[in-house]
Amino acid sequence: MGDDILVRVDALERYFGDIAAVQGVSFEVRRGEVLGFLGPNGAGKSTTMQIIAGALAPSGGQVLVNGVDILDEPRAAKAQVGYLPEQPPLYRELTVDEYLRYSARLHRIPRDGVDRAVDRAKHRCGLADVGRRLTGNLSKGYQQRVGIAQAIIHAPAVVILDEPTVGLDPIQIREIRALIRELGGDHSVILSTHILPEVQSVCDRVLIIHEGRLVLNERVEDLALGLAEPALRVGLRRAPAVEALRRLPGVLRVAPGEDGRFFLAYREGEDPTDRLVADAVAGGWGLFELAPQRRTLEEVFVQLTCGEHPPLAGGIAAEDAA
Amino acid sequence: MIATIAARELRSLFLSPLAWAILAVIQLILAYIFLVQLDVFMQWQARLAGIEGAPGLTEIVAAPLFRTAAIVLLLVVPLLTMRLISEERRARTLPLLLSAPVSMTDIVLGKYLGLMAFLALLLLLIPLMPLALLAGGSLDLGLLAAGFVGLLLVVASFAAAGLFLSAVTDQPTVAAISTFGLLLLLWILDWAGNGGGQEASAVLGYLSLLTHYDALLKGVFDTRDVAYYVLFTLTFLVLAVRRLDADRLQP
Repeated sequence: MGDDILVRVDALERYFGDIAAVQGVSFEVRRGEVLGFLGPNGAGKSTTMQIIAGALAPSGGQVLVNGVDILDEPRAAKAQVGYLPEQPPLYRELTVDEYLRYSARLHRIPRDGVDRAVDRAKHRCGLADVGRRLTGNLSKGYQQRVGIAQAIIHAPAVVILDEPTVGLDPIQIREIRALIRELGGDHSVILSTHILPEVQSVCDRVLIIHEGRLVLNERVEDLALGLAEPALRVGLRRAPAVEALRRLPGVLRVAPGEDGRFFLAYREGEDPTDRLVADAVAGGWGLFELAPQRRTLEEVFVQLTCGEHPPLAGGIAAEDAA
Repeated sequence: MIATIAARELRSLFLSPLAWAILAVIQLILAYIFLVQLDVFMQWQARLAGIEGAPGLTEIVAAPLFRTAAIVLLLVVPLLTMRLISEERRARTLPLLLSAPVSMTDIVLGKYLGLMAFLALLLLLIPLMPLALLAGGSLDLGLLAAGFVGLLLVVASFAAAGLFLSAVTDQPTVAAISTFGLLLLLWILDWAGNGGGQEASAVLGYLSLLTHYDALLKGVFDTRDVAYYVLFTLTFLVLAVRRLDADRLQP
Protein backbone atom coordinates (compact mmCIF):
# COMPACT_ATOMS: atom_id res chain seq x y z
CA MET A 1 0.00 0.00 0.00
CA GLY A 2 1.54 3.25 -1.15
CA ASP A 3 1.69 5.59 1.77
CA ASP A 4 0.24 8.49 -0.17
CA ILE A 5 -3.10 6.82 -0.82
CA LEU A 6 -5.25 7.37 2.24
CA VAL A 7 -8.57 5.99 1.11
CA ARG A 8 -9.01 3.15 -1.31
CA VAL A 9 -12.54 2.17 -2.23
CA ASP A 10 -12.85 -0.96 -4.29
CA ALA A 11 -16.02 -2.20 -6.02
CA LEU A 12 -18.18 -0.85 -3.24
CA GLU A 13 -21.76 -2.07 -3.10
CA ARG A 14 -24.61 -1.33 -0.80
CA TYR A 15 -28.17 -2.57 -1.04
CA PHE A 16 -31.19 -1.38 0.89
CA GLY A 17 -33.52 -4.30 0.49
CA ASP A 18 -33.69 -4.79 -3.27
CA ILE A 19 -32.62 -1.26 -4.06
CA ALA A 20 -28.97 -0.81 -4.98
CA ALA A 21 -27.86 2.48 -3.47
CA VAL A 22 -24.25 2.06 -4.52
CA GLN A 23 -22.92 -0.33 -7.16
CA GLY A 24 -19.34 -1.02 -8.09
CA VAL A 25 -17.89 2.30 -7.00
CA SER A 26 -14.09 2.38 -6.92
CA PHE A 27 -11.79 5.30 -6.35
CA GLU A 28 -8.77 6.45 -4.41
CA VAL A 29 -7.97 9.53 -2.39
CA ARG A 30 -4.37 10.66 -1.97
CA ARG A 31 -2.91 12.49 0.96
CA GLY A 32 -3.62 16.20 0.78
CA GLU A 33 -6.26 15.77 -1.87
CA VAL A 34 -9.69 17.37 -1.67
CA LEU A 35 -12.21 15.17 -3.36
CA GLY A 36 -15.56 16.57 -4.47
CA PHE A 37 -18.52 14.26 -4.62
CA LEU A 38 -21.28 15.34 -6.98
CA GLY A 39 -24.54 13.73 -7.84
CA PRO A 40 -28.25 14.36 -7.85
CA ASN A 41 -30.25 13.69 -4.70
CA GLY A 42 -30.45 10.00 -3.97
CA ALA A 43 -27.50 9.14 -6.19
CA GLY A 44 -25.65 7.37 -3.38
CA LYS A 45 -23.28 10.10 -2.23
CA SER A 46 -24.30 10.01 1.40
CA THR A 47 -24.39 6.23 1.45
CA THR A 48 -20.84 6.04 0.11
CA MET A 49 -19.64 8.58 2.64
CA GLN A 50 -21.40 6.80 5.50
CA ILE A 51 -19.69 3.59 4.50
CA ILE A 52 -16.23 5.17 4.43
CA ALA A 53 -16.96 6.75 7.81
CA GLY A 54 -17.90 3.35 9.18
CA ALA A 55 -21.45 4.31 10.08
CA LEU A 56 -22.81 1.84 7.56
CA ALA A 57 -21.40 -1.51 6.51
CA PRO A 58 -20.96 -2.21 2.80
CA SER A 59 -22.87 -5.09 1.20
CA GLY A 60 -19.88 -5.83 -0.97
CA GLY A 61 -16.49 -4.49 -1.91
CA GLN A 62 -13.73 -3.15 0.25
CA VAL A 63 -12.82 0.14 1.90
CA LEU A 64 -9.28 0.72 3.13
CA VAL A 65 -8.50 3.78 5.20
CA ASN A 66 -4.77 4.33 5.37
CA GLY A 67 -4.36 0.66 4.59
CA VAL A 68 -6.75 -0.52 7.30
CA ASP A 69 -9.86 -2.42 6.27
CA ILE A 70 -12.98 -0.78 7.67
CA LEU A 71 -14.71 -4.14 8.22
CA ASP A 72 -11.77 -6.12 9.62
CA GLU A 73 -10.51 -3.47 12.02
CA PRO A 74 -13.31 -0.96 12.37
CA ARG A 75 -11.82 0.77 15.40
CA ALA A 76 -8.42 1.41 13.89
CA ALA A 77 -10.00 2.55 10.62
CA LYS A 78 -12.59 4.81 12.25
CA ALA A 79 -9.95 6.45 14.41
CA GLN A 80 -8.43 7.90 11.24
CA VAL A 81 -11.67 9.30 9.92
CA GLY A 82 -13.58 12.43 10.90
CA TYR A 83 -17.15 12.50 9.71
CA LEU A 84 -19.74 15.22 9.44
CA PRO A 85 -23.10 13.72 8.45
CA GLU A 86 -25.67 15.60 6.42
CA GLN A 87 -27.18 16.90 9.61
CA PRO A 88 -24.60 17.81 12.28
CA PRO A 89 -24.97 15.24 15.10
CA LEU A 90 -25.35 17.69 17.96
CA TYR A 91 -26.68 17.03 21.42
CA ARG A 92 -28.81 20.10 21.84
CA GLU A 93 -28.60 20.12 25.62
CA LEU A 94 -24.80 20.36 25.71
CA THR A 95 -22.73 23.49 25.30
CA VAL A 96 -20.22 23.72 22.47
CA ASP A 97 -17.34 23.08 24.85
CA GLU A 98 -19.02 20.10 26.49
CA TYR A 99 -19.95 18.67 23.14
CA LEU A 100 -16.48 19.00 21.67
CA ARG A 101 -14.92 17.58 24.81
CA TYR A 102 -17.22 14.59 24.52
CA SER A 103 -16.35 14.05 20.85
CA ALA A 104 -12.66 14.36 21.70
CA ARG A 105 -12.99 11.64 24.35
CA LEU A 106 -15.04 9.47 22.01
CA HIS A 107 -12.20 9.68 19.52
CA ARG A 108 -9.78 8.47 22.14
CA ILE A 109 -7.86 11.67 22.73
CA PRO A 110 -6.07 11.24 26.07
CA ARG A 111 -7.60 13.15 28.96
CA ASP A 112 -4.79 15.68 29.27
CA GLY A 113 -4.86 16.47 25.56
CA VAL A 114 -8.58 17.16 25.36
CA ASP A 115 -8.48 20.86 26.23
CA ARG A 116 -5.80 21.56 23.68
CA ALA A 117 -7.64 19.64 20.96
CA VAL A 118 -10.90 21.45 21.75
CA ASP A 119 -9.21 24.84 21.66
CA ARG A 120 -7.53 24.11 18.36
CA ALA A 121 -10.70 22.85 16.71
CA LYS A 122 -12.67 25.84 17.99
CA HIS A 123 -10.04 28.21 16.73
CA ARG A 124 -9.93 26.63 13.29
CA CYS A 125 -13.69 26.70 12.90
CA GLY A 126 -14.19 30.19 14.32
CA LEU A 127 -16.02 29.00 17.41
CA ALA A 128 -13.91 30.75 20.04
CA ASP A 129 -16.74 33.06 21.11
CA VAL A 130 -19.54 30.54 21.43
CA GLY A 131 -17.88 27.89 23.63
CA ARG A 132 -20.37 28.35 26.45
CA ARG A 133 -23.52 28.45 24.39
CA LEU A 134 -25.87 25.50 23.99
CA THR A 135 -25.45 23.85 20.61
CA GLY A 136 -29.23 23.67 20.26
CA ASN A 137 -29.51 27.48 20.41
CA LEU A 138 -26.88 28.21 17.78
CA SER A 139 -27.76 29.33 14.28
CA LYS A 140 -27.56 26.79 11.49
CA GLY A 141 -24.22 28.16 10.32
CA TYR A 142 -22.65 27.80 13.72
CA GLN A 143 -24.12 24.35 14.20
CA GLN A 144 -22.51 23.38 10.93
CA ARG A 145 -19.19 24.72 12.18
CA VAL A 146 -19.52 22.76 15.42
CA GLY A 147 -20.15 19.71 13.26
CA ILE A 148 -16.97 20.35 11.32
CA ALA A 149 -15.02 21.01 14.54
CA GLN A 150 -16.23 17.64 15.79
CA ALA A 151 -15.01 15.98 12.60
CA ILE A 152 -11.47 17.40 12.79
CA ILE A 153 -10.96 17.37 16.54
CA HIS A 154 -8.79 14.25 16.54
CA ALA A 155 -6.72 15.41 13.54
CA PRO A 156 -7.84 12.46 11.42
CA ALA A 157 -6.08 11.49 8.23
CA VAL A 158 -9.34 11.64 6.32
CA VAL A 159 -12.12 14.17 6.83
CA ILE A 160 -15.50 13.37 5.33
CA LEU A 161 -17.94 16.26 5.04
CA ASP A 162 -21.45 15.64 3.77
CA GLU A 163 -22.73 18.90 2.31
CA PRO A 164 -20.77 21.13 4.67
CA THR A 165 -21.94 24.46 3.22
CA VAL A 166 -25.68 23.83 3.19
CA GLY A 167 -27.62 26.55 4.97
CA LEU A 168 -24.70 28.93 5.37
CA ASP A 169 -24.61 32.55 4.31
CA PRO A 170 -22.16 33.57 1.56
CA ILE A 171 -19.53 34.84 3.99
CA GLN A 172 -19.67 31.66 6.05
CA ILE A 173 -19.45 29.63 2.86
CA ARG A 174 -16.24 31.44 1.96
CA GLU A 175 -14.83 30.80 5.41
CA ILE A 176 -15.75 27.14 5.33
CA ARG A 177 -14.24 26.78 1.87
CA ALA A 178 -11.04 28.38 3.07
CA LEU A 179 -11.08 25.97 6.00
CA ILE A 180 -11.58 23.01 3.69
CA ARG A 181 -8.66 24.14 1.51
CA GLU A 182 -6.57 24.48 4.64
CA LEU A 183 -7.59 21.01 5.82
CA GLY A 184 -6.58 19.67 2.43
CA GLY A 185 -3.01 20.58 3.31
CA ASP A 186 -2.43 17.88 5.90
CA HIS A 187 -5.57 15.75 5.72
CA SER A 188 -7.46 14.26 2.85
CA VAL A 189 -10.93 15.67 2.49
CA ILE A 190 -13.94 14.06 0.87
CA LEU A 191 -16.86 16.40 0.53
CA SER A 192 -20.20 16.20 -1.16
CA THR A 193 -22.06 19.20 -2.42
CA HIS A 194 -24.73 20.44 -4.76
CA ILE A 195 -22.90 23.66 -5.45
CA LEU A 196 -20.85 23.12 -8.58
CA PRO A 197 -18.61 26.21 -8.41
CA GLU A 198 -17.66 24.99 -4.96
CA VAL A 199 -16.13 21.89 -6.49
CA GLN A 200 -14.21 23.96 -9.01
CA SER A 201 -12.90 26.31 -6.37
CA VAL A 202 -12.12 23.85 -3.59
CA CYS A 203 -11.53 20.38 -4.96
CA ASP A 204 -8.59 18.72 -6.65
CA ARG A 205 -10.61 15.86 -7.99
CA VAL A 206 -14.26 15.44 -8.93
CA LEU A 207 -16.37 12.31 -8.72
CA ILE A 208 -19.83 12.34 -10.20
CA ILE A 209 -22.07 9.56 -9.04
CA HIS A 210 -25.38 8.77 -10.65
CA GLU A 211 -27.86 6.07 -9.68
CA GLY A 212 -25.24 4.43 -7.50
CA ARG A 213 -22.59 4.27 -10.20
CA LEU A 214 -19.51 6.36 -10.70
CA VAL A 215 -19.83 8.21 -13.99
CA LEU A 216 -16.88 10.58 -13.77
CA ASN A 217 -13.60 10.58 -11.87
CA GLU A 218 -11.23 13.28 -12.99
CA ARG A 219 -8.87 15.89 -11.69
CA VAL A 220 -10.40 19.34 -11.76
CA GLU A 221 -7.47 20.65 -13.82
CA ASP A 222 -7.87 17.97 -16.47
CA LEU A 223 -11.56 18.53 -16.46
CA ALA A 224 -11.08 22.24 -17.09
CA LEU A 225 -8.88 21.41 -20.07
CA GLY A 226 -11.19 18.79 -21.38
CA LEU A 227 -14.32 20.80 -20.85
CA ALA A 228 -15.02 20.95 -24.56
CA GLU A 229 -13.80 23.64 -26.84
CA PRO A 230 -14.38 27.31 -26.22
CA ALA A 231 -17.58 28.52 -27.78
CA LEU A 232 -19.50 31.64 -28.63
CA ARG A 233 -23.14 32.40 -28.17
CA VAL A 234 -24.33 34.50 -31.06
CA GLY A 235 -27.72 36.16 -31.47
CA LEU A 236 -28.69 37.10 -35.06
CA ARG A 237 -31.93 38.81 -36.06
CA ARG A 238 -31.66 37.91 -39.75
CA ALA A 239 -29.68 34.73 -39.55
CA PRO A 240 -27.96 33.34 -42.66
CA ALA A 241 -27.92 29.68 -43.48
CA VAL A 242 -26.12 27.62 -40.85
CA GLU A 243 -23.52 26.78 -43.52
CA ALA A 244 -22.41 30.43 -43.60
CA LEU A 245 -21.53 30.26 -39.92
CA ARG A 246 -20.04 26.82 -40.30
CA ARG A 247 -17.59 28.16 -42.91
CA LEU A 248 -16.09 30.78 -40.59
CA PRO A 249 -12.41 30.01 -39.96
CA GLY A 250 -11.79 28.01 -36.81
CA VAL A 251 -15.44 27.05 -36.26
CA LEU A 252 -15.90 23.37 -35.52
CA ARG A 253 -19.61 23.04 -35.00
CA VAL A 254 -22.70 25.17 -35.02
CA ALA A 255 -25.75 24.37 -32.97
CA PRO A 256 -28.88 26.46 -33.44
CA GLY A 257 -30.67 27.57 -30.27
CA GLU A 258 -33.87 29.47 -29.59
CA ASP A 259 -34.80 32.96 -30.82
CA GLY A 260 -32.10 33.33 -33.45
CA ARG A 261 -29.30 32.25 -31.15
CA PHE A 262 -26.47 29.97 -32.24
CA PHE A 263 -23.72 28.22 -30.39
CA LEU A 264 -20.39 28.15 -32.19
CA ALA A 265 -17.66 25.86 -30.99
CA TYR A 266 -14.22 26.80 -32.24
CA ARG A 267 -10.70 25.50 -32.05
CA GLU A 268 -8.66 26.79 -29.16
CA GLY A 269 -6.62 29.83 -30.27
CA GLU A 270 -8.63 30.47 -33.44
CA ASP A 271 -11.22 32.84 -32.12
CA PRO A 272 -13.59 33.67 -34.99
CA THR A 273 -15.11 36.70 -33.25
CA ASP A 274 -13.53 39.38 -35.43
CA ARG A 275 -14.42 37.64 -38.65
CA LEU A 276 -17.93 36.90 -37.41
CA VAL A 277 -18.59 40.53 -36.55
CA ALA A 278 -17.23 41.69 -39.88
CA ASP A 279 -19.35 39.18 -41.79
CA ALA A 280 -22.39 40.06 -39.72
CA VAL A 281 -22.03 43.73 -40.56
CA ALA A 282 -21.34 43.05 -44.23
CA GLY A 283 -24.17 40.56 -44.58
CA GLY A 284 -26.65 42.56 -42.47
CA TRP A 285 -27.32 39.59 -40.17
CA GLY A 286 -28.57 41.85 -37.37
CA LEU A 287 -26.10 40.83 -34.67
CA PHE A 288 -27.65 41.56 -31.28
CA GLU A 289 -25.75 39.29 -28.96
CA LEU A 290 -22.26 37.94 -28.79
CA ALA A 291 -20.87 36.24 -25.72
CA PRO A 292 -18.01 33.87 -25.10
CA GLN A 293 -19.10 30.64 -23.62
CA ARG A 294 -17.30 27.77 -22.02
CA ARG A 295 -18.92 24.54 -21.18
CA THR A 296 -19.18 24.57 -17.43
CA LEU A 297 -18.96 21.81 -14.91
CA GLU A 298 -22.68 22.27 -14.56
CA GLU A 299 -23.22 21.22 -18.14
CA VAL A 300 -20.97 18.21 -17.73
CA PHE A 301 -22.89 17.32 -14.60
CA VAL A 302 -26.27 17.72 -16.25
CA GLN A 303 -25.15 15.80 -19.30
CA LEU A 304 -23.83 12.90 -17.25
CA THR A 305 -26.74 12.69 -14.86
CA CYS A 306 -29.68 13.46 -17.11
CA GLY A 307 -28.73 10.85 -19.68
CA GLU A 308 -30.87 11.08 -22.78
CA HIS A 309 -32.33 14.54 -22.19
CA PRO A 310 -29.56 17.10 -22.52
CA PRO A 311 -31.00 20.49 -21.72
CA LEU A 312 -31.12 23.44 -24.06
CA ALA A 313 -28.29 25.28 -22.41
CA GLY A 314 -25.91 22.60 -23.58
CA GLY A 315 -26.64 23.26 -27.25
CA ILE A 316 -23.29 21.97 -28.33
CA ALA A 317 -23.58 18.93 -26.18
CA ALA A 318 -26.92 18.28 -27.82
CA GLU A 319 -25.35 18.17 -31.21
CA ASP A 320 -22.59 15.93 -29.93
CA ALA A 321 -25.14 13.46 -28.74
CA ALA A 322 -27.06 13.56 -32.02
CA MET B 1 -14.81 4.69 26.35
CA ILE B 2 -17.81 3.10 28.04
CA ALA B 3 -17.33 5.54 30.90
CA THR B 4 -17.30 8.51 28.50
CA ILE B 5 -20.60 7.48 26.96
CA ALA B 6 -22.10 6.70 30.37
CA ALA B 7 -21.03 10.08 31.75
CA ARG B 8 -22.63 11.89 28.81
CA GLU B 9 -25.82 9.92 29.28
CA LEU B 10 -26.00 10.72 32.98
CA ARG B 11 -25.24 14.36 32.34
CA SER B 12 -27.92 14.70 29.69
CA LEU B 13 -30.40 13.05 32.07
CA PHE B 14 -29.76 15.63 34.74
CA LEU B 15 -29.82 18.47 32.24
CA SER B 16 -33.42 17.62 31.47
CA PRO B 17 -36.16 18.25 34.03
CA LEU B 18 -37.38 14.68 33.56
CA ALA B 19 -34.80 13.14 35.89
CA TRP B 20 -35.54 15.61 38.69
CA ALA B 21 -39.28 15.22 38.27
CA ILE B 22 -38.97 11.44 38.45
CA LEU B 23 -36.82 11.59 41.58
CA ALA B 24 -39.31 13.91 43.26
CA VAL B 25 -42.45 12.00 42.32
CA ILE B 26 -41.02 8.64 43.33
CA GLN B 27 -39.87 9.97 46.69
CA LEU B 28 -43.29 11.46 47.32
CA ILE B 29 -45.20 8.27 46.53
CA LEU B 30 -42.83 6.03 48.47
CA ALA B 31 -42.86 8.37 51.45
CA TYR B 32 -46.63 8.03 51.56
CA ILE B 33 -46.43 4.21 51.39
CA PHE B 34 -43.80 4.29 54.11
CA LEU B 35 -46.05 6.33 56.41
CA VAL B 36 -49.05 4.09 55.77
CA GLN B 37 -47.05 0.95 56.56
CA LEU B 38 -45.60 2.58 59.63
CA ASP B 39 -49.11 3.35 60.78
CA VAL B 40 -50.12 -0.29 60.26
CA PHE B 41 -47.16 -1.40 62.36
CA MET B 42 -48.05 1.01 65.15
CA GLN B 43 -51.59 -0.37 65.29
CA TRP B 44 -50.48 -4.00 65.34
CA GLN B 45 -47.49 -3.55 67.52
CA ALA B 46 -49.22 -4.49 70.77
CA ARG B 47 -50.79 -7.64 69.36
CA LEU B 48 -47.64 -8.72 67.53
CA ALA B 49 -45.63 -8.46 70.70
CA GLY B 50 -47.52 -11.46 72.11
CA ILE B 51 -46.99 -13.80 69.14
CA GLU B 52 -43.80 -15.73 68.74
CA GLY B 53 -42.13 -15.43 65.30
CA ALA B 54 -44.47 -12.62 64.29
CA PRO B 55 -43.41 -10.35 61.43
CA GLY B 56 -41.23 -7.51 62.63
CA LEU B 57 -40.69 -3.94 61.67
CA THR B 58 -38.68 -4.76 58.56
CA GLU B 59 -41.26 -7.24 57.21
CA ILE B 60 -44.16 -4.89 57.75
CA VAL B 61 -42.59 -1.63 56.68
CA ALA B 62 -39.62 -2.28 54.38
CA ALA B 63 -40.91 -5.20 52.31
CA PRO B 64 -44.12 -3.46 51.13
CA LEU B 65 -42.07 -0.35 50.47
CA PHE B 66 -39.74 -2.25 48.13
CA ARG B 67 -42.64 -4.07 46.51
CA THR B 68 -44.40 -0.80 45.76
CA ALA B 69 -41.15 0.76 44.58
CA ALA B 70 -40.78 -2.01 41.99
CA ILE B 71 -44.30 -1.35 40.68
CA VAL B 72 -43.74 2.41 40.52
CA LEU B 73 -40.46 1.84 38.70
CA LEU B 74 -42.21 -0.48 36.27
CA LEU B 75 -44.10 2.61 35.20
CA VAL B 76 -41.15 4.98 35.33
CA VAL B 77 -38.21 3.05 33.84
CA PRO B 78 -39.77 2.89 30.36
CA LEU B 79 -39.92 6.69 30.41
CA LEU B 80 -36.20 6.83 31.09
CA THR B 81 -35.12 4.12 28.68
CA MET B 82 -37.28 5.22 25.78
CA ARG B 83 -34.96 7.99 24.66
CA LEU B 84 -31.67 6.11 25.06
CA ILE B 85 -31.22 5.07 21.45
CA SER B 86 -34.41 5.97 19.62
CA GLU B 87 -33.94 9.63 20.48
CA GLU B 88 -30.43 9.55 19.02
CA ARG B 89 -31.86 8.04 15.88
CA ARG B 90 -34.51 10.72 15.66
CA ALA B 91 -32.15 13.61 16.34
CA ARG B 92 -29.65 12.04 13.91
CA THR B 93 -26.91 12.01 16.50
CA LEU B 94 -26.33 8.27 16.21
CA PRO B 95 -23.77 8.68 13.36
CA LEU B 96 -21.48 10.42 15.83
CA LEU B 97 -21.28 7.23 17.88
CA LEU B 98 -21.31 4.91 14.88
CA SER B 99 -18.43 6.69 13.16
CA ALA B 100 -16.37 7.04 16.35
CA PRO B 101 -13.81 4.34 17.09
CA VAL B 102 -16.08 2.55 19.56
CA SER B 103 -17.79 -0.81 19.28
CA MET B 104 -21.52 -1.40 19.47
CA THR B 105 -20.96 -3.11 22.80
CA ASP B 106 -19.30 0.05 24.10
CA ILE B 107 -22.27 2.11 22.99
CA VAL B 108 -24.86 -0.20 24.53
CA LEU B 109 -22.96 -0.70 27.77
CA GLY B 110 -22.17 3.00 28.04
CA LYS B 111 -25.79 3.94 27.69
CA TYR B 112 -26.93 1.17 30.03
CA LEU B 113 -24.44 2.00 32.75
CA GLY B 114 -25.18 5.71 32.47
CA LEU B 115 -28.84 5.02 33.09
CA MET B 116 -28.06 2.49 35.82
CA ALA B 117 -25.98 5.10 37.60
CA PHE B 118 -29.04 7.31 37.74
CA LEU B 119 -31.31 4.47 38.81
CA ALA B 120 -28.84 3.40 41.49
CA LEU B 121 -28.95 6.91 42.88
CA LEU B 122 -32.71 6.77 42.85
CA LEU B 123 -32.71 3.36 44.56
CA LEU B 124 -30.24 4.44 47.21
CA LEU B 125 -32.71 7.05 48.40
CA ILE B 126 -35.37 4.41 49.05
CA PRO B 127 -33.86 2.39 51.95
CA LEU B 128 -33.01 5.65 53.70
CA MET B 129 -36.59 5.81 54.92
CA PRO B 130 -36.64 2.45 56.72
CA LEU B 131 -33.07 3.04 57.89
CA ALA B 132 -34.31 6.18 59.68
CA LEU B 133 -36.28 3.82 61.94
CA LEU B 134 -32.99 2.68 63.43
CA ALA B 135 -33.22 5.79 65.54
CA GLY B 136 -36.08 4.33 67.53
CA GLY B 137 -36.22 0.62 66.80
CA SER B 138 -34.28 -2.32 65.47
CA LEU B 139 -34.28 -3.63 61.91
CA ASP B 140 -33.38 -6.90 60.29
CA LEU B 141 -30.53 -5.47 58.18
CA GLY B 142 -30.00 -8.72 56.27
CA LEU B 143 -33.60 -8.74 55.17
CA LEU B 144 -33.37 -5.09 54.20
CA ALA B 145 -30.22 -5.78 52.17
CA ALA B 146 -31.83 -8.73 50.39
CA GLY B 147 -34.81 -6.58 49.51
CA PHE B 148 -32.56 -3.84 48.20
CA VAL B 149 -30.52 -6.23 46.08
CA GLY B 150 -33.76 -7.66 44.75
CA LEU B 151 -35.01 -4.21 43.79
CA LEU B 152 -31.71 -3.40 42.12
CA LEU B 153 -31.84 -6.60 40.09
CA VAL B 154 -35.46 -6.01 39.10
CA VAL B 155 -34.69 -2.46 37.98
CA ALA B 156 -31.56 -3.61 36.13
CA SER B 157 -33.68 -6.01 34.11
CA PHE B 158 -36.31 -3.34 33.46
CA ALA B 159 -33.63 -1.03 32.11
CA ALA B 160 -32.09 -3.71 29.88
CA ALA B 161 -35.45 -4.55 28.33
CA GLY B 162 -36.16 -0.85 27.82
CA LEU B 163 -32.79 -0.27 26.20
CA PHE B 164 -33.38 -3.08 23.75
CA LEU B 165 -36.81 -1.81 22.76
CA SER B 166 -35.40 1.67 22.40
CA ALA B 167 -32.87 0.29 19.92
CA VAL B 168 -35.64 -1.30 17.91
CA THR B 169 -37.66 1.81 17.08
CA ASP B 170 -36.97 5.43 16.29
CA GLN B 171 -40.08 6.63 18.09
CA PRO B 172 -39.41 7.12 21.80
CA THR B 173 -43.08 6.81 22.68
CA VAL B 174 -43.34 3.48 20.90
CA ALA B 175 -40.28 2.31 22.82
CA ALA B 176 -41.88 3.42 26.10
CA ILE B 177 -45.23 1.76 25.57
CA SER B 178 -43.75 -1.49 24.31
CA THR B 179 -41.32 -1.62 27.22
CA PHE B 180 -44.14 -1.00 29.63
CA GLY B 181 -46.29 -3.65 27.97
CA LEU B 182 -43.50 -6.24 28.03
CA LEU B 183 -42.62 -5.60 31.66
CA LEU B 184 -46.21 -5.62 32.82
CA LEU B 185 -46.85 -8.86 30.97
CA LEU B 186 -43.82 -10.47 32.58
CA TRP B 187 -44.94 -9.12 35.95
CA ILE B 188 -48.43 -10.63 35.82
CA LEU B 189 -47.45 -13.77 33.95
CA ASP B 190 -47.88 -16.03 36.95
CA TRP B 191 -51.50 -14.98 37.45
CA ALA B 192 -52.47 -17.15 34.51
CA GLY B 193 -50.83 -20.13 36.16
CA ASN B 194 -53.51 -20.36 38.85
CA GLY B 195 -56.18 -21.70 36.49
CA GLY B 196 -54.01 -23.84 34.19
CA GLY B 197 -52.23 -27.13 34.73
CA GLN B 198 -49.38 -27.70 37.11
CA GLU B 199 -46.61 -27.60 34.51
CA ALA B 200 -47.85 -24.53 32.72
CA SER B 201 -48.18 -22.76 36.01
CA ALA B 202 -44.64 -23.71 37.00
CA VAL B 203 -43.17 -22.47 33.73
CA LEU B 204 -45.12 -19.24 33.76
CA GLY B 205 -44.30 -18.75 37.40
CA TYR B 206 -40.62 -19.16 36.66
CA LEU B 207 -40.75 -16.66 33.82
CA SER B 208 -42.53 -14.07 35.89
CA LEU B 209 -40.41 -11.22 37.14
CA LEU B 210 -42.48 -11.08 40.31
CA THR B 211 -41.93 -14.58 41.68
CA HIS B 212 -38.19 -14.16 41.95
CA TYR B 213 -38.54 -10.76 43.53
CA ASP B 214 -40.93 -12.04 46.21
CA ALA B 215 -38.39 -14.60 47.31
CA LEU B 216 -35.77 -11.93 47.78
CA LEU B 217 -38.22 -9.73 49.68
CA LYS B 218 -38.77 -12.60 52.10
CA GLY B 219 -35.04 -12.64 52.64
CA VAL B 220 -34.46 -15.84 50.69
CA PHE B 221 -31.27 -15.15 48.75
CA ASP B 222 -31.34 -17.92 46.18
CA THR B 223 -28.73 -17.87 43.39
CA ARG B 224 -31.40 -19.17 41.03
CA ASP B 225 -33.37 -15.96 41.47
CA VAL B 226 -30.29 -13.84 41.07
CA ALA B 227 -29.30 -15.82 37.98
CA TYR B 228 -32.75 -15.21 36.52
CA TYR B 229 -32.29 -11.44 36.65
CA VAL B 230 -28.68 -11.52 35.49
CA LEU B 231 -29.62 -13.69 32.51
CA PHE B 232 -32.62 -11.54 31.75
CA THR B 233 -30.44 -8.40 31.74
CA LEU B 234 -27.65 -9.95 29.68
CA THR B 235 -30.09 -11.33 27.11
CA PHE B 236 -31.59 -7.93 26.42
CA LEU B 237 -28.22 -6.19 26.33
CA VAL B 238 -26.92 -8.70 23.80
CA LEU B 239 -30.09 -8.26 21.78
CA ALA B 240 -29.59 -4.49 21.82
CA VAL B 241 -26.00 -4.84 20.57
CA ARG B 242 -27.15 -7.16 17.82
CA ARG B 243 -29.95 -4.80 16.87
CA LEU B 244 -27.53 -1.89 16.48
CA ASP B 245 -25.17 -4.07 14.46
CA ALA B 246 -28.03 -5.14 12.23
CA ASP B 247 -28.76 -1.47 11.60
CA ARG B 248 -25.30 -1.00 10.20
CA LEU B 249 -25.36 -4.21 8.18
CA GLN B 250 -28.22 -5.30 5.98
CA PRO B 251 -31.46 -3.54 6.82
